[in-house]
Amino acid sequence: MEDDAPVIYGLEFQARALTAQTAETDAIRFLVGTQSLKFDNQIHIIDFDDENNIINKNVLLHQAGEIWHIGASPADKAVLTTCYNKTSDSRVVSCAAVWRMPSDWDAGNHESPDDSAHNPQTLELLCHLVDSAHGNTACVLWEPMGDGKRVISLADNHALLWDLQESSTQATVSSRATLEGKGQLKFTSGKWSPHHNCSQLATASDTAIRGWDLRSMSQIYCIENAHGQLVRDLDFNPNRQYYLASCGDDCKVKFWDIRNIQEPVKTLEQHSHWVWSVRYNHSHDQLVLTASSDSRLILSNMVSISSEPFGHLVDDEELSEGEDNHQDDKSKEPLKDSVVSTYEEHEDSVYAAEWSSADPWLFASLSYDGRLVINRVPRALKYRILL
Amino acid sequence: MAKKKSPPGFNKDSGRRRRVHGMLKLYYGLNEEGKAAEQAESLDPCDINGPHFDPELYLNKLRRECSLAELMDHETCMVKQIRSLDSDMQTLVYENYNKFISATDTIRKMKNDFKKMEDEMDCLSANMAAITDFSARISGTLQDQHVQITKLSGVHTLLRKLQFLFELPARLNKCLELQAYAQAVNSHRKARCVLQQYSHLPSFKGIQDDCHAIMDKLAQELRQKFRDGGTSSKDLSECVELLLQLDEPAEELCDKFLSHARSRLESDLQGLGAEIKPDASSATSAQNESSGADAGSPTDSSPTGLPSPSSPKTDILEFIDRGCNEFVSSLCLVITSYQELFINHPQTGELATKNIPQMANGKLQAFVDDLAARYFSLVEQRIQEERGVGDNSLLVRALDRFHRRLQAVSKLLPGSSVPNQGTEIVIRAANERVKQYLCALQSFYMDSLTDVRQALATPRLSMGGASVVGGPASSRDNPSSLPDLLSSLSSSILNQIKSVLASVHLFTAKDISFSNKPYFKGEFCSKGVRESLVVSFIRFVCQSSRQFCESAGDKGGSTPPALLLLLSRLCLDYETSTISYILTLTDEQFLVQHHTPVTPVTSLCAEAREAAQKLLNHYVKVQGLIISQMLRKSVETRDWVNTIEPRNVRAVMKRVVEDTTSIDVQVGLLYEEGVRKAHSSDSSKRTFSVYSSSRQQARYAASYTPSAPMDTNLLSNIHKLFSERIDIFSSVEFNKVSVMTGIIKISLKTFLECVRLRTFGRYGLQQIQVDCHYLQMYLWRFVSDENLVHFLLDEIVGSSAHRCLDPAPMEQSVIEVICERG
Repeated sequence: MEDDAPVIYGLEFQARALTAQTAETDAIRFLVGTQSLKFDNQIHIIDFDDENNIINKNVLLHQAGEIWHIGASPADKAVLTTCYNKTSDSRVVSCAAVWRMPSDWDAGNHESPDDSAHNPQTLELLCHLVDSAHGNTACVLWEPMGDGKRVISLADNHALLWDLQESSTQATVSSRATLEGKGQLKFTSGKWSPHHNCSQLATASDTAIRGWDLRSMSQIYCIENAHGQLVRDLDFNPNRQYYLASCGDDCKVKFWDIRNIQEPVKTLEQHSHWVWSVRYNHSHDQLVLTASSDSRLILSNMVSISSEPFGHLVDDEELSEGEDNHQDDKSKEPLKDSVVSTYEEHEDSVYAAEWSSADPWLFASLSYDGRLVINRVPRALKYRILL
Repeated sequence: MAKKKSPPGFNKDSGRRRRVHGMLKLYYGLNEEGKAAEQAESLDPCDINGPHFDPELYLNKLRRECSLAELMDHETCMVKQIRSLDSDMQTLVYENYNKFISATDTIRKMKNDFKKMEDEMDCLSANMAAITDFSARISGTLQDQHVQITKLSGVHTLLRKLQFLFELPARLNKCLELQAYAQAVNSHRKARCVLQQYSHLPSFKGIQDDCHAIMDKLAQELRQKFRDGGTSSKDLSECVELLLQLDEPAEELCDKFLSHARSRLESDLQGLGAEIKPDASSATSAQNESSGADAGSPTDSSPTGLPSPSSPKTDILEFIDRGCNEFVSSLCLVITSYQELFINHPQTGELATKNIPQMANGKLQAFVDDLAARYFSLVEQRIQEERGVGDNSLLVRALDRFHRRLQAVSKLLPGSSVPNQGTEIVIRAANERVKQYLCALQSFYMDSLTDVRQALATPRLSMGGASVVGGPASSRDNPSSLPDLLSSLSSSILNQIKSVLASVHLFTAKDISFSNKPYFKGEFCSKGVRESLVVSFIRFVCQSSRQFCESAGDKGGSTPPALLLLLSRLCLDYETSTISYILTLTDEQFLVQHHTPVTPVTSLCAEAREAAQKLLNHYVKVQGLIISQMLRKSVETRDWVNTIEPRNVRAVMKRVVEDTTSIDVQVGLLYEEGVRKAHSSDSSKRTFSVYSSSRQQARYAASYTPSAPMDTNLLSNIHKLFSERIDIFSSVEFNKVSVMTGIIKISLKTFLECVRLRTFGRYGLQQIQVDCHYLQMYLWRFVSDENLVHFLLDEIVGSSAHRCLDPAPMEQSVIEVICERG
């Protein structure tokens, strides 16, 4: 069986921000935020029709500024956060805000898709995540699997925990943590751990990775020099609570066991330039996506450190016909960590990659030139994992 | 007579005399002299001296040929000759006459004497007959008495024997007193059978008992003597011999003998052991000495007394020497005397039935094995202490001696396992040595790397100093130092390997006794030297190089980049020539016969190449990182929105170009130029003008038209579509251009990514334009494909234009002016 060809969607503007619509579990839907200094920025809602292999897009205006980071609420499909740059009086300020999508964006679009391009609807501002003391917000993180009431924003060297009240129209800082040290320290990225009752946060700043306890807002571990150069992104293994993946400017992807932070558990060196994003598959944590500014997206199969190190134990008889010989050979040999596939559809640096929240075998990647590519996990691998 | 006549004429006289002699000889049949002359003259009848002389013919001839006067002369001459002949004859007659007379007299006298003698002989025979007669008569009369005398003499000897028996106890006692044990045993042995035979007689019984008592005492004494030990080995063996003759159980004796020998050998071993631990043993040896003195039985050559406490530690050769001379030689002595006593000794009668040799042999084997094991453990202990790798010959000689001396034991004890064990020790020592050499090589390598590191660090300082002083020589020296360092490093490593090989080679030298063992011929060469020494070392070099890449990656360049470059070149040189050279050298020196599969040269070369590649990649990475850090900091720390109008190139760009140039010089010292795509003359100017005027302007124009937002990236996308994908951190080739391309790629890509993260004001963009133009002017010459630089710089300017709030590009001419101003 041949794999389906990738589906490519082109945005008019340059773009860096990509997220799956987390609360949506039926439709395959991604949100992309554009970066343009001259025009009104947009949020593209990309619906992927898996059966027909067709992309449906809807555009919402985001007039506040160019979008650097986007996050979708885990509870409410319509709510999302953005981090954006606002330029005023020849000053550039990074802000963050919570938005609500207009309720009828869907209906209006289907009727006249041409119109929507010209007269897009605007996002409804719910509240700003502004704290006067702290400036540039790098990213906003939703509480994983939460009720959509708590977010963390990373601004300069502060991590702020916000409580959203009154259907997210009010935001108050409930607690905060500050990164202290020599020089101008700045959070570049972070991840809210889905484990331990969502009480942990991991952040990246320069070459170090730090873990925080949200109850006390204090640091619990610090991996100094996790990467040779800047750490760009982090992700938690959704099934193994102590496992963490990180990537950075040294072209490496590292996997850590936070109980033993002296050495990474595993290191991948497949990219030929900075790695900007690393993502575990939500259900099958051996699948890891990495996006790099070498214009490549790499899907790796990290069996040895996954929660299913031996795969599923299945009788050979249950294998579907036509594949049995092939499968037989494969299932007998021990599974090894390997690169599943390298995707070269992008022409520019790939800054973001995300798994779909609805279909665990589908993922999207976004390159700077505004190209969004939707790919699937190769079928052979999919069946090997499933069967 | 001839003399008497000679005075008138000597010549004539001598000729005449010869003739006379000749004639006399002829007369007597002696004609050996002058034979030839005679034969020549003989046929002539006119020759007066020839045998065929005819007087008639002669006369006729004379008468016919000669005148009267001549005839007269002839006649007188003839007469004279005749006369002299006559006188010669006369003298001869006189001379012989007397002899004839005396001969006749003698014959006559003999005739008379014989007659007298006949008479006397007759008389004698008569007398003899009478004597025979008498003697017969006498012997007839004495016959009876003779028989009686014989009987009497028999009785006499019997009596003497009896007397001997009766005197035996006393005699034995006396012998005992005089310590003449041998005599006593001998006497007893003579009497023993008789006493045994007649023991039913009470008197004999008494004697026998007495003898037994005495002999027991004697045996006791002998045993005592034997036990005391102090006696020389000759005494001892005598003792044993006697005891054996006294029916002492051989087994017990063997044991005793061996235990005695053991005590002596053990003292040897103790002495050796004391040498191994000189500090600990000096006290004990001193104690031994004093205790020996107290006991009052100072053994003649106790080795415990020998080691002087002052000597700190003897070298291995001395130690082995001592071991050989003391332990091994006395062991051999013990073995030989033991064998003589118990095994080869011709056994008599009853003793032979007890099968002593086998029993004794078994005991000896166990004894030797036990002691040898202890000796070996001592030797091994000592060898293990031999850690210094300086002089291998000493160890080899020591091992050789050790091994050689053990051959003596094997000759004495053919079935013994001792020599094999010894060989094994030698093998172990050799292997240990090889390991030590490997360690030494490795540490040497690491040390020389440290030296190189220091050398790399210091010239920079000295150059800094020198440039201040203004020494053009030093600045000229400095650039050459990198290749110099490389060559000195590689040659010193090679020399070290060679010297190590030479040292190890001693193990297989022809004059070394163990070198012809199959192990040293085969396995040692191939597995020991080639694999675990040479191959391991090469592997180590490659591996340590790779470690440089890994460790430095995390710590952020703790290794100086120049060292990486140097090592990469070293590994590459290894791949191309050195490895095969070293292995060939080894194979030749050791005549390695590959019984077992060995690491092929190709796989080692591949390993070295891999290491070289990795090092060079890492070098590119590190250098690229250094430059990109500069660029990144410069982009990140500036407020690009509110910057002033560019008046000159930023200092950091100049720094980048400077650093790139110095890297170029550095790499050029070790690597070849490499191929670059042909670039047009005056590359910097022409391409840049194209790049900026046509493409750049077109792109800006497109992006400014608000009506067509879709066209924003169209041109650049189309451009990318047709250009090859650029791998930023890709593998580089082993040449300068490729290395420089890699470094520049990394730097510019970083620049690009950083620019994309910022927002620019009008002047910010213009500054970037100026900087990029400046880089353009200088960087194209370093790379293999200048289009690459163009493309990346193009991207940078394009990206910054996109990120610009007020994109108003600077005039190309102004940019050029600024850049040329520097």
